[in-house]
Amino acid sequence: MNQPASAYFLEERHDPNETHTLSVLVQNEPGVLARVIGLFSGRGYNIDSLTVSETESQKHLSRITIVTTGTPMVIEQIKHQLDRMIPVYRVVDMTITGRSIERELAMVKVRGHGDSRVEALRLADAFRARVIDATTESFVFEITGNSAKISQFIDLMRPLGLVEVSRTGVAAIGRGPEGM
Amino acid sequence: MTDKSHDPNQMTGAAMIVRALIDHGVQHIFGYPGGAVLPIYDEIFQQSEVEHILVRHEQGAGHAAEGYARSTGKPGVALVTSGPGATNMVTPLTDALMDSIPLVCITGQVPTHLIGNDAFQECDTVGITRPCTKHNWLVRDVNDLAKVLHEAFYVATTGRPGPVLVDVPKDVQFATGTYHPPRKDDVHVSYTPRVKGDAAQIRKAVALLASARRPVIYSGGGVINSGPEASKLLRELVDVTGFPITSTLMGLGAYPATGKNWLGMLGMHGTYEANMAMHDCDVMLCVGARFDDRITGRVDAFSPGSKKIHIDIDPSSINKNIRVDIPIIGDAGNVLGDLLQVFKTEAKKPDIKTWWQEIATWRARNSLAYKKSNDIILPQYAIERLFAATRGHDTYITTEVGQHQMWAAQFFGFEEPHRWMTSGGLGTMGYGLPAALGVQVAHPDSLVIDIAGDASVQMTMQEMSTAVQFELPIKIFILNNQYMGMVRQWQQLLHGNRLSHSYSEALPDFVKLADAFGCVGLQAIKPGDLDGALKEMIKVRRPVLFDCRVAALENCFPMIPSGKAHNEMLLPVEATDEATAAAFAGGKALV
Repeated sequence: MNQPASAYFLEERHDPNETHTLSVLVQNEPGVLARVIGLFSGRGYNIDSLTVSETESQKHLSRITIVTTGTPMVIEQIKHQLDRMIPVYRVVDMTITGRSIERELAMVKVRGHGDSRVEALRLADAFRARVIDATTESFVFEITGNSAKISQFIDLMRPLGLVEVSRTGVAAIGRGPEGM
Repeated sequence: MTDKSHDPNQMTGAAMIVRALIDHGVQHIFGYPGGAVLPIYDEIFQQSEVEHILVRHEQGAGHAAEGYARSTGKPGVALVTSGPGATNMVTPLTDALMDSIPLVCITGQVPTHLIGNDAFQECDTVGITRPCTKHNWLVRDVNDLAKVLHEAFYVATTGRPGPVLVDVPKDVQFATGTYHPPRKDDVHVSYTPRVKGDAAQIRKAVALLASARRPVIYSGGGVINSGPEASKLLRELVDVTGFPITSTLMGLGAYPATGKNWLGMLGMHGTYEANMAMHDCDVMLCVGARFDDRITGRVDAFSPGSKKIHIDIDPSSINKNIRVDIPIIGDAGNVLGDLLQVFKTEAKKPDIKTWWQEIATWRARNSLAYKKSNDIILPQYAIERLFAATRGHDTYITTEVGQHQMWAAQFFGFEEPHRWMTSGGLGTMGYGLPAALGVQVAHPDSLVIDIAGDASVQMTMQEMSTAVQFELPIKIFILNNQYMGMVRQWQQLLHGNRLSHSYSEALPDFVKLADAFGCVGLQAIKPGDLDGALKEMIKVRRPVLFDCRVAALENCFPMIPSGKAHNEMLLPVEATDEATAAAFAGGKALV
């Protein structure tokens, strides 16, 4: 029960962590991404994945997709803290709505000869990855899917001569006719 | 091309800034000139509607603006230069963010083409102040300036109030553009603070309140920020329900200290009855407070048997530290008004006689007791005498941070809101003296007293010069125990009495210092000196430094030891060395 000498209460709660995907619609203005990222680092929240791009250029709106991990109370905080920022229009928890599609794109470079090269190509075909660059000793595959599928593909490429990977991070959208 | 030379809305950026201040009803600003704000200072020189108060350090400008804001409910305005001017504002901006004080800070910036070049007195002001403002802007085009300034005032003063900053490069101050008066579309459409509480939630809250047997109302700074009407409604709610009420440090004055349902302040140095009521209650109504760690004690043992209603304008305050059962998002005054309405029509006063009897037994413990002395002035006694001496005066109190601040909160009774200015969230030593300047500027004929400590007051002491220059008769009442008392108290309780660097060696002679500043120095050493010197302090219409020599080793009780719950308070009579050692045993073992 006792804690070391401190003017603060040191015991942490140990609720189980959850992973949530948040879609955040923001005014695309200078510094807006810094505000969002600063909130996460300043308050000690996690960012597992972050994807940003302007989605409605006439209205200067950008959509940020953040995958984050925390206790239910922290996830709740993150949403409220994001929502109270001045340039933030909406925050939607795609994980809670439960009706969302998540996709990520990766480009995977593999170098090799002989059997491993053939094997890489065969696996790429199984994963519906496309060859977007090739030399006599390398491929660059483009693969789209959920993060787990991409990670699995990357793991399979590792013994076959994986050189490097570039991933976009997760983009998410709700199913059905309604917008966010 | 049309001739714009006669258009009265054509003006330089610097002129726009002054014009916007006037359009927002700003009468006083606090600032310090420098290279990157000279065009604005030139405009200030050529007009008489906005009075500029020249401070001695930018931090002083920020705290003065905070004091001005807290005591009037209007936004405080500070004007400082780029680079060090801006970085010196970081403390007051953070202070204002933590305590939800509306502050508009205008900073100069190096010319646009030099931004990013490490120019003289350049810093990334919007980058540095992003985490310590509610919002901030860098204005790169003079034609955006009017819109941004109007939005800045709107954002600072609406929703949960807070500090904002507008960074204006020097070339934008010189450039000519079109000004427009404040209008609706100046503000981001994404910014829509919620004022009115949800009716269904309010109904649920009323039903819960009406069913309570051991209720307590816990109010905070949000009630003060909401305006005088909110305090009136809170008082009415207490009357209508008959519930006991306690308050945070920030909320003192919303309910009068002489009110019969008043339990005193709660929290780490709150009264025994307030904390016990919080711990044992069955229904808690929290209005405009945020379950801060100084309030809750250990969170897993916080008020374990109660249903909690939380009224707050900021959704992020809900369920942040403590899970509540009925959250109501909205302005404290607005929600209290609706809640009262529903309570009056649908509920009746529950019978809580036995609860009051229980509270009476806690009250009888007299948790603020202290041993008086005829030889030395006890700090608690000094505050009591100060309180007595100020009766009948129109008094405003500011404080620094530390033991004196807690004693002021415990022993000075506040009857009205907006009379108590203290750094609660950030705990900024050096806040009180410049804050007093701001209060005095807003209330030139009132009695403004900074209850200070000998350590804190030295952090912003140079502002006495401002007080003298602007004939602001602030009273700096220093409880001089020659220690950073609160640091020393923690070292005694938690660190084996090793008083590492908490003794103020080589203190200045405050009376001579007063003399050097051109203000009045007073001193009291014996309890018998106190009343006469206080009378003199109040009578003289000049700034005063009052050196009140108090017992050096007095500690601030009652106290919730760290890691303990509300019902494990250490009371002054029980705070023998052994009891204290036992209460802090976990600490001692591990120091």
